[in-house]
Parts: sequence; C-alpha cells; structure tokens
Amino acid sequence: MSQTSLGEPNLTAIAFFFIFIAITLAITFWAARRTKTTEEFFAAGRTISGRQNGFALAGDYMSAASFLGIAGLVSLSGFDGLIYSTGWLVGWPVVLFLIAEPLRNLGKYTFADVVSFRLRQTPVRISAAIGTLAVVSFYLIAQMVGAGNLIKLMFGISYELAVVIVGCVMLAYVLIGGMIATTWVQIVKAVLLLGGAALLCVLTLAQFSFNPAELFAKAADMYGREVLAPGKQVANPWDAISLGLALMFGTAGLPHILMRFYTVPDAKAARQSVFWATGLIGVFYLMTFILGFGAMVLVGREAIMAVDKGGNMAAPLLAEVLGGTGLLGFIAAVAFATILAVVAGLTLSGAAALSHDLWVSVHRKGDAPHSEQLLVARIATVALGIVAIILGIAFKGQNVAFMVGLAFAVAASGNFPALVLSIFWRAYTTMGAVASIITGTASSLLLIALSPTIMIDVMGGESAIFPLKNPAIITIPLGFATGIIVSLLWPEPAARDAYEAKERRMITGVE
Amino acid sequence: MHTGVRALALARWRLAIALSAIVAALYFGFIFAVAFAKDTMAHEIAPGLSLGILAGAAVIIGAWLTTWFYVSWANRYFDPALRAINAKRRP
Repeated sequence: MSQTSLGEPNLTAIAFFFIFIAITLAITFWAARRTKTTEEFFAAGRTISGRQNGFALAGDYMSAASFLGIAGLVSLSGFDGLIYSTGWLVGWPVVLFLIAEPLRNLGKYTFADVVSFRLRQTPVRISAAIGTLAVVSFYLIAQMVGAGNLIKLMFGISYELAVVIVGCVMLAYVLIGGMIATTWVQIVKAVLLLGGAALLCVLTLAQFSFNPAELFAKAADMYGREVLAPGKQVANPWDAISLGLALMFGTAGLPHILMRFYTVPDAKAARQSVFWATGLIGVFYLMTFILGFGAMVLVGREAIMAVDKGGNMAAPLLAEVLGGTGLLGFIAAVAFATILAVVAGLTLSGAAALSHDLWVSVHRKGDAPHSEQLLVARIATVALGIVAIILGIAFKGQNVAFMVGLAFAVAASGNFPALVLSIFWRAYTTMGAVASIITGTASSLLLIALSPTIMIDVMGGESAIFPLKNPAIITIPLGFATGIIVSLLWPEPAARDAYEAKERRMITGVE
Repeated sequence: MHTGVRALALARWRLAIALSAIVAALYFGFIFAVAFAKDTMAHEIAPGLSLGILAGAAVIIGAWLTTWFYVSWANRYFDPALRAINAKRRP
C-alpha cells in the first residue's frame, strides 16, 4: 500500500459522524423527558436491563485506546498485544464475583455509598471522592489527549477544535439526558464498534480461507517467527506481573464502571450484565488481535508506522485497504463515537462524586431537596466538562499513555481494597477505610512519579528511582495492609455491630 | 441475623473466592509462562498457531466460562434459596 487518504477530510467519515451525532442527540432529547429526578439523572431510574447494561459496560470499557491501541500494538509487535487484552479482560470476573451484587444492593449512586455504609460518612465520603476524582481525571486526560490526536489524524481538523468538539457534545449528552442518554449512547456505540470490528475481521479472514492460523503464518513468514512469541514487552517479568495486578483489580475500582451497576433494577440484573459484558469484551479483544495481524500483513508495518509511530492507525488503515475510503470513514467515525461515549461516562461518575458524595452527603449531611441535588449535579457536570477541555488542551503533545495505567493503579490500590474490605470484613473501620484509599492513591502517585515511565520516558532522565513501570505489585498490598492495620489498632465497635445489618442487605437487597 | 442468610452469604463468599482464585491462577499462569518460558510459548502446534496465542485465547475464554459458571450457579441455587428465605420472613 503506497498511499492513504487518512488525515484528509473524508466525506464518508464526516457523514457517518453527523449521522451518529444526530441519532445520539435524538436519544438525548428523548432521555431528557425521562430525566426529572436525581435517581434518573445518575442511575437511569434503575430501568436498564441486564443485557442492555452489559452492552453499556462493554461500551464504557472498549475505549479508543483498546480498539486502536491494541490493534496497533499487535500490528507492530504481534503476540505481545495479547498480554494486554487478557489483562483487561480478567478484571471482569473479579467485578462479578466480589463487587457487582453487593454494590447494587448496598448503594445508590457511587461506590462511596458501599464503603461508608456502616462507617462515619464525612471522612469516608471525602476520601472516596478523592479516589474517584483522581481516577476520573487521569482517565479523562488520557481520553481527551487521545481524542485530539486521533481526530486530528483522521479528520484533519486542529487538535484544539477536536478537544472542544468532544467536550461540548459530551456535555450535551450528560447535561440534557443524564445517565439514560449516556447509557444509550454507550449501547449504540458498543454495537457500532463490535459490528465494525466484526466486519473488518470477516473481510480480513476472507483472504486467508477463514483460518486465523493461516493469517498468523503469513505474518510470521513476512516478519519472522518472533511475531508469534513473547517479545520485548515482557523484557522485565515483574513489570508484566505488576501491570497484570493493576489491570485485574483496577477494573473493580473504576468509578464509571461501578456506577453502571446502579442503573439496573436488582442484583440479579447486575450479575447478568457482567456476564454479557465479559462475553462482549472477550470477543472484541479476540477480534482486535486478528485485526492487528491483518494490518501487519495487509497494510504492512512500514506503512502503519509512516502514519503514526505508535501504530494507533493500524485498524483505520486496514479498513481502507479492505473497503476503501468508505470503510475508512465508517471506522474513523466509530472511533470518534467511542471517545465521546467514554468521556460522557467518566464525566457523569465524577459529577456523582462531587454532588452526591461531597455536596449532598458531606456538606448537607444527606439532607438536600431533590431539586437542589439535581442542580448541583448539573453544575458539577459543566465544571468537569470545562476541566476536561482545559486539561485536554494543556496536555497537548505530552506522552499521556501512562495515565490509563496510573488510573488503573489508583483504582486497584485505593478504591478496590476499601470496597472489598468494607464488604467482606466485619472489623473494618472509618479510619481503616480512609487509610486504604489515601495510602493506595498517594503511594501509586508517588511510585509512578519515581518510575521509569515518568523519570526516563517523560522527563528524559537516565535512570529511575523505582524500577517498575506500574506500581501495583507494591501499592495493592499496601492499600490492604494499611486498612487492616489501622482497623486493628483503632477498633470501631459501632461499625462492627452494624455489620450484620449490612450483610443482610448485601445478600437480600432489603433492609 | 437470620441463620439462612448467614449460610447463604458464606456459600456465595466461598464460591466467589474459589472462582476468583481460578481466574487469577489462569491469568498469572499465562503471564508467568510468557515471562519465564518464552521458548515453550513460541512453539508452533500448527503453522502460525503458537502455544502462546492458544494460551492467551484460552485465558479469555476461561475467564468468560467462570462468569458463566457463577451466573448459572446463582440462578439455579442462590436465587431460589433467597426467595425461600424472604418468603419465610414475610408470614
């Protein structure tokens, strides 16, 4: 392949993009008529079915980073991409077994509802909001910067304009249609993304007698047998294991994922939704693996790297080879839609922490009229939208790939231990919960600041103080240990006595 | 607390821990194999199909099968038991 129309204004892409915007805005205005209360704004009135929520969860999780990023990584380094795919997937069974049902039975809008259930509200809510906002900000920065770069590459518009468009459209969804609109945008996008990936997969495999092994063999003939074997991504095994821990336990601490479990009517539907999400995400990752190899063989590594050194354009380029400008346009529009939907979900979960945890529960001691809750929720949404646009522009040109890893590390080391201990351990205390979240979050931040990712890749230094790229192998045990030690040193009899009521509600869903 | 609820909570908790351990073993088994047995993982069973690719796909499918197992257990055992308990509490 010698030439690509990628980066030039593409009529099909723009047409598909406007169709998507038109459909999603129609959904948003339909949702607006059903969004009158706080429960509808943050939890879609708890009317989403298990299967619908499964698609929405999958939509939240299948970000542009995992679609374009993993396909790109596979196209450049082959097998190694699979290490990331498996890591991202195995977080889901953990969510199902340990978190989904108790969360649905115990909480209203945020994971802080569950952690603070029998503990003192103010300290737990404040620290959980810190944990939430930390994860949401890092994830948002990664998404916004990714959005600016991708849209610039695909549509040829300026970085700043791309960031502003994403921010404004996302604000329209969330502000007007709340969780109902965000969920349905997520479902539409998940179907489009899965459909697009499946189409590319079928078109790719059609050239290899529908036998993936034939495709892999061709790749190995062209680029050497090592594309089928572990390569330089696992140069340091401890790095791979530490990253694996962050991915496995981080999913269960991501606020925008956890929030989705409140949109279904009961624990049974929550359970059903993880089953669907795991299946959809698993199929999606298997398809991206094939797409990566497809791009390696049909587009060629040189052509992929000529457009973007990181390989992020492998999937769109493959679409162009297989289906011309039309298919390229469709895939580009789907990638844009993906970013929009993920940013909307993140913003909504950040707004819930600000308004439900900080304003209503801490500032108003749980006693605020519904109209005020809704107003604060919308103000928080606008504030977060503006912050997202500013951060997106401020981090222009920065290497932010590490920020998703950082978000997972904070979620796994701060939020996850607090959730698990509060759900399963009778003797957990207010001080213990605060200690888990703050220690887990702070230690993740500190160790990443001292890691090779920041000290060598970003700052351009010679060496790093902390040897691993992801700190989870240290910080997850640290988050659990501080929570346990602090709880044992300063017991809280009232919290211990209230555990039975919590356990009953956790299992039965009724008080 | 109602003993039935307590017993049900323990049963669910035990299964949840066991299944989490299985998923962790699958995944970290894969990561350790990739990190420490590169040559074995590079072995091609059929042309193009290396052991590593097969193992990675197996982890993804295995993870999904454990969620399937849990959901069918919960639907067949947990939900009816819970309904029975709730029926007893409301005379």
